[in-house]
Amino acid sequence: MGFNIEQIRSDFPILQQQVYKKPLVYLDNGATTHKPRVVIETLRELQEIHNSSIHRGIHYLSEQMTGRYEAARETIREFINASSTSEIIFTSGATGSINTVAFSMGEKYVNKGDEILISEMEHHSNIVPWQMLCERKGAILKVIPFDNTGKLMLDKVDSLLSDKTRIVALTHASNSLGTINPVKEVIRMAHQRDIPVLVDGAQMVQHGEVDVMELDCDFYVFSSHKIFGPTGSGVLYGKEALLEELPPYQGGGDMVDQVTFSGTTYNTLPFKFEAGTTNYMGAIGLAAAIDYLRSVGITEIGQYENELIAYTLQKLKGIAGMNLYGNAVERISVFSFLLENIHPYDVGMILDKMGIAVRTGTHCTQPVMDHFGISGTIRASLVFYNTTEEVDRLTEGIGKSIQMLS
Amino acid sequence: MTNLKEIQQDIVEEFSVFEDWLDRYNYLIELGNDLPEIDPKYHTNEYLINGCQSKVWLHAELVDGKIEFKADSDAIIVKGIVALLVKVLNGRTPAEILENELFFIEDIGLRQNLSPTRSNGLLAMVKKMRLYAIAYQAKENRN
Repeated sequence: MGFNIEQIRSDFPILQQQVYKKPLVYLDNGATTHKPRVVIETLRELQEIHNSSIHRGIHYLSEQMTGRYEAARETIREFINASSTSEIIFTSGATGSINTVAFSMGEKYVNKGDEILISEMEHHSNIVPWQMLCERKGAILKVIPFDNTGKLMLDKVDSLLSDKTRIVALTHASNSLGTINPVKEVIRMAHQRDIPVLVDGAQMVQHGEVDVMELDCDFYVFSSHKIFGPTGSGVLYGKEALLEELPPYQGGGDMVDQVTFSGTTYNTLPFKFEAGTTNYMGAIGLAAAIDYLRSVGITEIGQYENELIAYTLQKLKGIAGMNLYGNAVERISVFSFLLENIHPYDVGMILDKMGIAVRTGTHCTQPVMDHFGISGTIRASLVFYNTTEEVDRLTEGIGKSIQMLS
Repeated sequence: MTNLKEIQQDIVEEFSVFEDWLDRYNYLIELGNDLPEIDPKYHTNEYLINGCQSKVWLHAELVDGKIEFKADSDAIIVKGIVALLVKVLNGRTPAEILENELFFIEDIGLRQNLSPTRSNGLLAMVKKMRLYAIAYQAKENRN
């Protein structure tokens, strides 16, 4: 299909609207992304024609839906290059995936005095589940710092790893700084000590190619709603051998083999980790979103976004009083900033009324704000359906905000 | 002094001249800038209503049967809304505050700023102002 921005924008119905009588400029994609028509149509079709619980019925509809669900699993497997569909678990989102790993790994491998290593730039969802595990088990949370450009301090990693480290959990790309982390290098270092690594890909999969085999990560997680799919769905990838060893997270229907009052045996992978009726429509919708992305071209998306990044940086840096937080060279199209002596919330309110959607606040990364001694930033997060004209609207909006607020 | 209903109607009228949202915000910024500075001793955590996005400080005391509110915010547009709330509720008796509905915020189109999801401290501030009224009224009834 090739990269045709007009065509792409017309594929997203929500982008066509006006807010406050101005064309919507949606730059809050780090929070959630919009759905292309094909995803919306898929969900409608599932509701209208195919709805039925999966893995249970012997009837026509159930078999159809089960087939679609398992085909979705294959789509995800191929998308991140996992070796088997046994390694693809559908969850409620990246948060659900991380909690699954924190619980199951914790039950099996973490004891008093053990250590969990995360980074200073994690989203709260990749901090709190580990803190809860530490509390439960008496383990210790250790943190890889980042420098003032927002770059992970890779040289600190080795000394933070020890024979007590049970898992490393690291974001692939930061939702507030935009930094892309050298996850492959961290994985290599951790593996030298046989420590498994979980990579949070919630802010990465929508921006570029991810190959879990090439990364050699042990777990990889992402959310459907941040990659143009429906909300309430997500993926946990785990290496099969590791998942086999882990106890299930939640108990319920579908995750069992035999249930008696004297004991229960569990289902095989991936079903062992999918208790209850899963969000099968979400999973199939996610697969539709991924099919759409691949039709546009992941490589083409990456190239287009790199141009968008260069353009946005140049425009933002041209604004007097602009302070950008996150200046790493390897980055996604997420820009966090503050304007000299101006509260971010005021800017967000003004931009909103100009039809420009950004996010203000801590972006669920309070430790990142603490690092810089600030209470929050304004964040513009772009994806491949955004344009340089929208970046111009943003910079005009910032100019207007400065004029009104200073 | 105009009653609580009239003063709100006056504000609604003032805002009715603005056709553009940014004009409304400009006016709020002006009101925020004009709000008398709060005594630094009230700029502490004790008086802080933390809204996660913006902060609001509120101090209240009962003087001759009327509540005197002093308030501030670190975000200027929020401070403008704070100024309006103070303008409406300052110097009123607890009974007046409790008997009257606050309708002006909705009527000037700022209701979304008091939604719980905004977490700018304003909703908590309005609740706190009413709580002060309830507390002072109870205290007066005891005396």
